[in-house]
Amino acid sequence: MSVENGIGASVRRKEDQRFITGNGHYLDDINRVGQAYGYFLRSPHAFAKISNIDLTAAKAAPGVVDIFTGADMVADGVGGLICGWGITSKDGSPHNAPPHNSLAVDAVRHVGDQVAFVIADTLQQAKDAAELIEVDYEVLTPVTNISKALAPGAPQIHEEAPGNLCYDWELGDKAAVDAAFANAAHVSKIDLVNNRLSPNPMEPRAALGEYDAGSEELTLHTTSQNPHVARLIMSAFLGIAPENKLRVIAPDVGGGFGSKIFVYAEETTTIWAARKINRPVKWTSDRSEAFLTDAHGRDHVSHAELAMDNDGKILAFRVSTQANMGAYLSTFASAVPTYLYGTLLSGQYKIPSIYVEVQAGFTNTTAVDAYRGAGRPEATYVVERMMDTAARDLSMDPTEFRLKNFIQPDAYPYETPVIMTYDSGDYPLAMNLAKEMIDYDGFAARKAQSEANGKIRGIGTAAYIEACGIAPSAAVGSLGAGVGLWESAEVRFNPTGSVTVFTGSHSHGQGHETTFAQIIADKLGVPIESVEVVHGDTSKVPFGMGTYGSRSLAVGGSAIVKAVDKIVEKSKKIAAHLMEASVEDIEHEHGVFSVAGTDKQMTMGEIAFAAYVPHNYPADLEPGMAENAFYDPLNFTFPAGTHIAEVEIDPATGIVDIVDWAAADDFGNIINPMIVEGQVHGGVAQGIGQALLEGVVYDDDSGQLITGSYMDYCMPRADDLPSFRITTTNTPCPSNPLGVKGCGEAGAIAAPAALMNAIVNALGKDIDMPATPEKVWRAINSN
Amino acid sequence: MYSFDYERPSGVNEAVSAVGEDDKFLAGGQTLLPTLKLRLAQADKLIDLGGIAELKGISVSGSELSIGAMTRHVDVANSADVKSAIPALSHLASHIGDAQVRNRGTIGGSIANNDPAADYPAALVGLGATVHTDKRSISAEDFFIDLFETALEEDELVTKVTFPIPEKAGYAKFPNPASRFALTGVFVAQTAQGVRVAVTGAGPCVFRQTDMEAALSSNFSAEAVSGIKTEASGLSADIHASADYRANLISVMAARAVQAAS
Ligand SMILES: Cc1cc2nc3c(=O)[nH]c(=O)nc-3n(C[C@H](O)[C@H](O)[C@H](O)COP(=O)(O)OP(=O)(O)OC[C@H]3O[C@@H](n4cnc5c(N)ncnc54)[C@H](O)[C@@H]3O)c2cc1C
Repeated sequence: MSVENGIGASVRRKEDQRFITGNGHYLDDINRVGQAYGYFLRSPHAFAKISNIDLTAAKAAPGVVDIFTGADMVADGVGGLICGWGITSKDGSPHNAPPHNSLAVDAVRHVGDQVAFVIADTLQQAKDAAELIEVDYEVLTPVTNISKALAPGAPQIHEEAPGNLCYDWELGDKAAVDAAFANAAHVSKIDLVNNRLSPNPMEPRAALGEYDAGSEELTLHTTSQNPHVARLIMSAFLGIAPENKLRVIAPDVGGGFGSKIFVYAEETTTIWAARKINRPVKWTSDRSEAFLTDAHGRDHVSHAELAMDNDGKILAFRVSTQANMGAYLSTFASAVPTYLYGTLLSGQYKIPSIYVEVQAGFTNTTAVDAYRGAGRPEATYVVERMMDTAARDLSMDPTEFRLKNFIQPDAYPYETPVIMTYDSGDYPLAMNLAKEMIDYDGFAARKAQSEANGKIRGIGTAAYIEACGIAPSAAVGSLGAGVGLWESAEVRFNPTGSVTVFTGSHSHGQGHETTFAQIIADKLGVPIESVEVVHGDTSKVPFGMGTYGSRSLAVGGSAIVKAVDKIVEKSKKIAAHLMEASVEDIEHEHGVFSVAGTDKQMTMGEIAFAAYVPHNYPADLEPGMAENAFYDPLNFTFPAGTHIAEVEIDPATGIVDIVDWAAADDFGNIINPMIVEGQVHGGVAQGIGQALLEGVVYDDDSGQLITGSYMDYCMPRADDLPSFRITTTNTPCPSNPLGVKGCGEAGAIAAPAALMNAIVNALGKDIDMPATPEKVWRAINSN
Repeated sequence: MYSFDYERPSGVNEAVSAVGEDDKFLAGGQTLLPTLKLRLAQADKLIDLGGIAELKGISVSGSELSIGAMTRHVDVANSADVKSAIPALSHLASHIGDAQVRNRGTIGGSIANNDPAADYPAALVGLGATVHTDKRSISAEDFFIDLFETALEEDELVTKVTFPIPEKAGYAKFPNPASRFALTGVFVAQTAQGVRVAVTGAGPCVFRQTDMEAALSSNFSAEAVSGIKTEASGLSADIHASADYRANLISVMAARAVQAAS
């Protein structure tokens, strides 16, 4: 028996009606009586000492309520922003996390660094006043490039981080890898740059701070992917207010891609200032500020080497990476190039030994942290460009080379040399499907046809893996995480049979209101229209860890299932009582409780009503029908698959035309295929953006951000993209009750490597992202 | 944005007499308003040209096409008169920016602004057009002076542009991937006065490529220009394209413009 709008149905998204009719409640839609407006004066310099800030004229400007500087926050005892994941260097020392004040104290370290917070009756007045602030800067020479920052003699950005080093980390068995390389028949090498990206969610960050002098409660509306984590950090580390006196609400949020996980200076300053002025204050980032201050993604420089035997079997893999952290260590920045990266370097392959070392360092740039995929796209890019290079060196077809080295479907659980235990999958199946979809065997004929038309055709594969469902608390705790990564849920029936689901996950575009409702519809037979999903308010939902790392369904959904199981247990007892049967004889399916071997049955709605109106009720049972649950995952989940891209290049201009795209992804079980397909499309679009179009550029000498607007930062648009051929393979995840793996990041992880391999295949030589027309044209015209 | 006064006159004379030293004419606002919002520009007063009927419209008389300064890109793109007289001009207008920009932006605003990457300057110079103002008539080549600089005086108002109708013309644009302005655009025309080749986007200001004009005069074909190189020194260079690459694009786009000419 299946249920209408249950698990597996492509239900249209419940939330879209309000989004597309302009009835969503985004942060800037929320206003308070008497609200003032905040504006940040930002550093025009990449690196400078501040010798004096003169506020006299600005404070006297019309409409100004108050102006704060870093000294005011320090005097008030507000702590600095923190990094929540401690990384230990090779030599056993903890990573360097220099102080990070919300408002600059003594120095600014990137263009856009916060210098002062101006609050006025109107935004225009705040901006006018900001122009009257006189800051005396002693301008210093900046460094923006990570390799230059880590080289001897580079400008010293923080006293606390000699040589600009944050950490020098390693993972794997170096001696085993060195030995394997010494005896290898073949060694392939590659040098790669993983370009820096700006996240660009459609809704910029914003904050509305309020203080109630009566209750002494602070309320922060903010664009967050994890409001409870924001509250915890602001309470425990910054001392903004005790946790019980701070409410954080993240209403409808227009995209995040990771950038809204972090606790930033602006939101922190806004809520702190609301109490100082005892008046609501709102700050809304404009797009220029977003380019300057939203945490960026990627920015790695890597060298990789692969050792192989005579048959093309992989023996060992070693990788050395430099990771740019930006000017300060953002909330989870340290984990991205380490435990979210090094641990994925086995890819889908049986590699006997792996060694990776990562040097992370500071530069005079915007902080870098998790961005869609976070570490895993960087790992996939290194592994998959490496595999194509090795296949090319051995004159093997790159898909044959991969198939030869894949972990086989009967090998699970498979322990990699870099910590992870893969639980399930079928890598050859996905690869063969993708090859069929794109007619891989017909490529040679298509290439010849392109050549006849004066074009250069290429095909490229990426067989990616990611670790999602982040994450088992004990495991991440042992690796340095400062938090647990479980999730919470409450399933609450109303007396009339409708349901409210409270989840600690947060939706900022993912469609939880639909997917989570489908779980309830399926398990408890409640129509999805009667299911309300509540999230994003620390006063409404139980403590939750939020949404990132493709964790919402695998972890948050599993918490909902646990709560549903408790509801079913209790309902069985009520049903047994009402139908005068023993609990053991009660059978349950999709919200219908029946007595085995009879035609007696009751619905979930009838039972919920009986629980709230317990006139005829088991004596030993509590009334009511609401259950909560916390779910801590047993393992990561491991979505994996193969994407194949086919391109045609115009040699006269270097323009890359993506002519075909095939993707076969293993996401485990699927609740809503339409939403999953949308996530793949969006992810692939972002990945194509990274490979062809996007890239943050700083001026080397001045440290100015050149790509500070859409005139220069190139986002992917619909006409840059092909039609995608997409399918899924579904090996259920054994570690969670839904058997799901997560799908939100896969496209962004797979696409850059697949597309770059296609371009390299066409050109016959290596080229770095973004593969702009000029770069491609130069590659064609150079020897 | 800083605060400013706003006026909406209904005639050219009224507009010109209203404009003071720190005032600005407002046409489609597609350049002016973003720069005001970002506080990169400031005006005491904006004089909105949107209410002046005589500045709008397209007409053909004999061998000349006339387009009013306040005519929007979308109207030039869709005009049956333009399509039959100079199809390349309609094609050019239909590839400016995006639909929103074409629905607001005007030919007068575009040429008065003289963005080095704007499309219209190539058409004006390529066709040997004349810019008419409230004071005088200026040949296109004399009108566009340098980066964001024209022959216009502070209070001078563009009223219309007249284009001699060519025998054949074509435009090929290589868009900047981010902004979609012309990274390099080449307008080629076969006119009564000879062949003209105008290049936009590649340098600080629109310019004629005379080597290509000479080659096309004896052989109006793509092959005649695809091999002609433009000296890279003097061309623009930025994160999107080096001068070398722009020089290459001039040859490629010129050939494609000739191919497309009709
Ligand atoms: C996203 C985007 C993409 C774009 N892409 C392209 C593109 O691909 N190609 C391209 O060519 N352009 C492009 N543009 C520019 C656009 O097409 C407009 O032509 C341009 O912005 C100016 O026209 P406007 O009517 O909006 O003028 P406004 O912005 O109103 O004015 C511009 C300047 O001209 C002055 N001015 C306006 N009218 C007159 C007049 N009649 N006489 C004297 N001075 C006058 C104003 O005072 C102001 O200084 C783009 C713009 C945007 C925002």
